[in-house]
Amino acid sequence: MTAHQPKPSRIDWVTLLIYAILVCFGLVCIYASVFKETHPHIWDTSQNYGKQLIWIGVSSIVGLMILVIDEKFFFAFAYFIYGFSIILLIAVLGFGTTVNGSSSWIEIGGFRMQPAEFAKFGTALALAKYLSGYNVNFEKNRKVQIISALLIFTPMLIILLQNETGSTLVFASFIFVLFREGLPGWILLAGFIFIVLSILALLYPPVYLIIGVSILAGIFLLLVRRTRSLVLITIGAVVVAGLFVSSIDYAFQNVLQAHQRSRINVLLGKNVDIKGAGYNVQQSKIAIGSGGLWGKGPLQGTQNKFRFVPEQSTDFIFCTIGEEYGFAGSVAFIGFYVFLLYRLLLMAERQRQKFNRIYGYSVVCILFFHFLINVGMTLGLMPVIGIPLPFISYGGSALLSFTILLFIFIRLDANRVNELRTAFD
Amino acid sequence: MRSGEKQITLLIIFLSVALIYIARLFYLQVIDTSYVYFAQNNVLQEQTIYPARGLIYDRNGELLVYNDAIYDLSVIPEQVKNLDTLAFCNVLNLSKEEFIATFARLRRQKGYSPWRPIVFQRQITIPTYAAFQEKLYDFQGFFVEVRTDRKYKHSNAAHVMGYIGEVSEKQIESSNGYYRMGDFVGQSGVERTYEKVLGGVKGTRYVLVDSKSRTQGRYKNGEFDTAALAGKNIHLTINLKLQQLGEALMKNKIGSIVAIEPSTGEVLSLVSSPTYDPNLLVGRERGNMYMQLLKDPYKPLFNRPISAPYPPGSIFKVIMSLMGQQEGVLTPATSYGCHGGYLFVGCHPHGSPLQLRGAIAVSCNAYFCQVYRSVVNNPKYKHVEDAYQKFYDHAYSFGMGHQLGIDLFGEGPGVLKKSTYFDKIYGRYRWQALTTISMGIGQGELGITPLQMANATAAIANKGYFITPHIVKKIDNKSNPNPSFNKKNWTSVDTGYFQVVIDGMQDVVEHGTAYIARIPNITVCGKTGTAQNPHGKDHSVFFAFAPKENPKIAIAVFVENAGFGATWAAPIASLMIEEYLTGKHETRKYLLDRMLNADLIKRNDSTSAKAK
Repeated sequence: MTAHQPKPSRIDWVTLLIYAILVCFGLVCIYASVFKETHPHIWDTSQNYGKQLIWIGVSSIVGLMILVIDEKFFFAFAYFIYGFSIILLIAVLGFGTTVNGSSSWIEIGGFRMQPAEFAKFGTALALAKYLSGYNVNFEKNRKVQIISALLIFTPMLIILLQNETGSTLVFASFIFVLFREGLPGWILLAGFIFIVLSILALLYPPVYLIIGVSILAGIFLLLVRRTRSLVLITIGAVVVAGLFVSSIDYAFQNVLQAHQRSRINVLLGKNVDIKGAGYNVQQSKIAIGSGGLWGKGPLQGTQNKFRFVPEQSTDFIFCTIGEEYGFAGSVAFIGFYVFLLYRLLLMAERQRQKFNRIYGYSVVCILFFHFLINVGMTLGLMPVIGIPLPFISYGGSALLSFTILLFIFIRLDANRVNELRTAFD
Repeated sequence: MRSGEKQITLLIIFLSVALIYIARLFYLQVIDTSYVYFAQNNVLQEQTIYPARGLIYDRNGELLVYNDAIYDLSVIPEQVKNLDTLAFCNVLNLSKEEFIATFARLRRQKGYSPWRPIVFQRQITIPTYAAFQEKLYDFQGFFVEVRTDRKYKHSNAAHVMGYIGEVSEKQIESSNGYYRMGDFVGQSGVERTYEKVLGGVKGTRYVLVDSKSRTQGRYKNGEFDTAALAGKNIHLTINLKLQQLGEALMKNKIGSIVAIEPSTGEVLSLVSSPTYDPNLLVGRERGNMYMQLLKDPYKPLFNRPISAPYPPGSIFKVIMSLMGQQEGVLTPATSYGCHGGYLFVGCHPHGSPLQLRGAIAVSCNAYFCQVYRSVVNNPKYKHVEDAYQKFYDHAYSFGMGHQLGIDLFGEGPGVLKKSTYFDKIYGRYRWQALTTISMGIGQGELGITPLQMANATAAIANKGYFITPHIVKKIDNKSNPNPSFNKKNWTSVDTGYFQVVIDGMQDVVEHGTAYIARIPNITVCGKTGTAQNPHGKDHSVFFAFAPKENPKIAIAVFVENAGFGATWAAPIASLMIEEYLTGKHETRKYLLDRMLNADLIKRNDSTSAKAK
């Protein structure tokens, strides 16, 4: 067994360092966001930052344990972990504690955790194991595609039943993983077009959009060499787009709940009610906007300190960064985060084993999706969906699950040299 | 798509998102500066620190007005928990309905926030405060705020000091936002004219508040805070003892007393009767009391001595004597006969013919009608209008027909008509002295406030000049706060013409109409007046100064509907002079008692009832 233990030099120290820096910076931000002159003590476990400190300790120990576990463990137990997390998710439906309207929490001895968080890496492991199997060809085999979709949709559905929209949407990030593994690019493109179309459908009456899409299709057909099938596909696409646009309007009015409708309206700038649904976003923009070029300095953010931004230490933690460190700090932070994603992308691509690669891509895509939604939300570019900013936001189970997610990949990555050696042996 | 390309595609997606977000951040944080302003609006709250109002003393340093604590019961609605409503209502003496109604009213108020303190009941009584303080722990969320209100040590000089009250909408507007709703400002008297001095300067404290308006600390350690500047103390020119005697003498009479120190223009006493206790216009009953006083038929709130114009009556003959001499139509030796009157103006029996000094002493109507005629029909001027203008100018130079500029709110100009007024009635060049002859004896189109009369007396005592009467002697122990009150205002009559008039006024008191006003060992110069009044009984008028050489006090007394000047006004003025110069009334105790006890209001009411 000792031969398979990663030597310290094979662990990707850069990623580990980035992780450490982000977690520490997150703690500083949480401290700043709940800071009070009367409770300056950072070890105070009654405050969020104190609790986070404990969770950082717990996460470090768990992370360390992952680094010393045999990497085969994750491959071997992938389905087991996936199954266990599905069971937990179902259990939550029955025995969960309701917090902020979503019944997705399990309470164990004062600490709450969200099984949905653990379902993320469970799904990533299961998907990686399934796709890395022999004779499994995602690109060609329809059956494989369906099973992959089922692996992803099952936890998604249960989480949706828990009324936890944010975590549900995170599973959409697996589309990028599948893209890497052979999902045609046009699906990604089509998905993007549909998102654009749905936003437009909410802003303008469907009739205009159908006319607009038809004109665009006409121009397209004029420009390209027309084959019969291409004409048919284009017409089909226009019909689908028309139906989609019409149904979006219907779904928006009849399927979505009132608070979701108002959130989307706020995002689109349709009715800006800064006391009601728009309050979070307005206050978040004020906090970030008031930071200016250089920020107000650590612990000097008035909007953060005096709780104008709700959910400050969790979902709106980026406000603290924006207000106290300004544009310069925010750009540095975004740059740093994108560097982490880039680093992980490089690491994923250098894996020799399919399992490792697919898992790596899952990690990158999950982190990216959180970043995209969370930061976009505080900037008023994304709808208010309550998902944390990985490694920064307050939240014990979130930090622990992201740590596990990342460290499993670091562990897998550390073994790649061993794989090389075994290949030469 | 090869796998390498796919990797790059993903990287491009990551980078585009990062770039979009950075662009958005650049817009929010660098380009759009409005968020900085919003942020400040969010957290900065301005709190006002109220300065203590200046105290008011009399000329001898006797305290008149001071500040008193009042207690406002405030509440932070959000913090009210487990309130025993019944016990609470009992302490405050409220019914349950009132309690509910009050809360409903607070909730409707502008800017209501359940986390912000709001006044639940203004100015609770001290016993209520004490009872409340005992049970404060049972009434979570409620607390008592201390503010200051005025308190008057003596119940005198109400009209001089005035009162304070909540600012009006108009005052807030004209103050450029300095005053806020609910602030107290002077509404009359010295409180009003010296509002800037007494009121001090409000201070500001900037505090940081959280999203629920709870105070979180000071903004930048108080760097931008301004301290409140306490109001300055004021010493009035009023002599409290003289004022008290004046108010006692005028009790149950309607009228005014104004006493001035001729050499300085300082108002020693300013009595308006009936008066009121200034302590009535203080505290939570202020509004009700004010309405009661307003409804009183004798108008206690009306500041008679500075705003009510009266016909001066015979005392105007003194002014006529002076302007006649100045115009060269009258000399001390000029003598006119009196045949029981002049045209339709009657006269009382006295020796005849008389020279000027004698005519003043016996107050001969015929004589002064002659003087008026010779002034207004003066052949020196081509038209009567030009000669009348001279009459107007002389009277004006004694301070009549315009506001003197006393530092009190609500001074009236009196009545003194220009020649154009008569032109309008009779036509240009179509009137002359005989048309307006009654003005020669202080009747007709003449109206003079008691202040103007006392001021004219001071001008005579000074032999030709007066100093604008004023009420404030010292501000913050610094004398002469208002240099414009140092100027000698010269009348248009030369000093040389005064002696004979003053001698005549001496005769009035020594052996003339005002014999009753004689004070042992003090030479008083005075003149009685019995002003005919178209609305009822004659007004009793007297003006005087004393001592003759080196005058220390000039006084004018008006008693409405009291009859002869010698009956009421002269003795009151005489007692006032005696009080001021000697402080004793030993030889004339009977007179003092008679004046103090006389109830002219009752007498007039019963006579008018009889007449009906």
